[in-house]
Amino acid sequence: MMGPLIVFFACAVLAVAGAILLILAREPIHSALSLILVMVALAILYLLLGAEFISAVQIIVYAGAVMVLFVFVIMLLNFGVEERTDFSKLAKYVGVPLGFFLLIEVARWLYESRIGSVVASGAGTVTVAASTRDLSAELFRQYLFNFEATSILILVAILGALVLARKSQ
Amino acid sequence: MIIPVSYYLVLSGILFGLGVVAFIFKRNVIAVFMSIELMLNAVNLAFVAFSRAHQQLDGMVFVFFVIVVAAAEAAVGLAIVIMMAQNRESLNVERVNLLKL
Repeated sequence: MMGPLIVFFACAVLAVAGAILLILAREPIHSALSLILVMVALAILYLLLGAEFISAVQIIVYAGAVMVLFVFVIMLLNFGVEERTDFSKLAKYVGVPLGFFLLIEVARWLYESRIGSVVASGAGTVTVAASTRDLSAELFRQYLFNFEATSILILVAILGALVLARKSQ
Repeated sequence: MIIPVSYYLVLSGILFGLGVVAFIFKRNVIAVFMSIELMLNAVNLAFVAFSRAHQQLDGMVFVFFVIVVAAAEAAVGLAIVIMMAQNRESLNVERVNLLKL
């Protein structure tokens, strides 16, 4: 009966380790590979939450398409190890306290709210409510306009990428 | 064994915080982009966890929109990175402090 909990903690450790590796890595390609680790761990967590379709989309779109684009650009440019510069004092003296403040606020909210006692139904207790069929019904009925708007967004992004990456004459 | 939703939210918060730290400390512009992706992923996890906790599908639909926006952002952002590399021969964000060369 401890199975899901063990899987959760394994994936959580994997994701946090990947995120820390992303920060510590000197080479951008190592950061990219550790980010892929985070994404695969999150895909397993989505499976655990009973969101199979989102898990598949996470692997195909994020770990597949987006990260391949990142790795492709890193290899294309090939700038190697990132140099350590220290021009910005603002990051150290303002950014770190603000980051900790954010974390403390989130932790306090989680501690005080009632949502912590609500139980997320994991795999095994999945109701039909999250099947791919219901998800698509929701997406193409209630959120149809948003769906069409995102297609325009993608079109604009394609045009923008083409215009930006074109060789300037 | 059922996992409380707060576990997922705490993990999401930790990942988002690490994303913020990476965003502040990384100097390579591609690594900065990757830390933004990390933050988006953390938010996605929170969306799915809330969606399961409330037994409603809206959170999962929003995850799709977040993924679409992240893909579009990566395409445009990496095009900007390529242009930056061609024009300035550096990917360090602290050496790129002028909008126009």
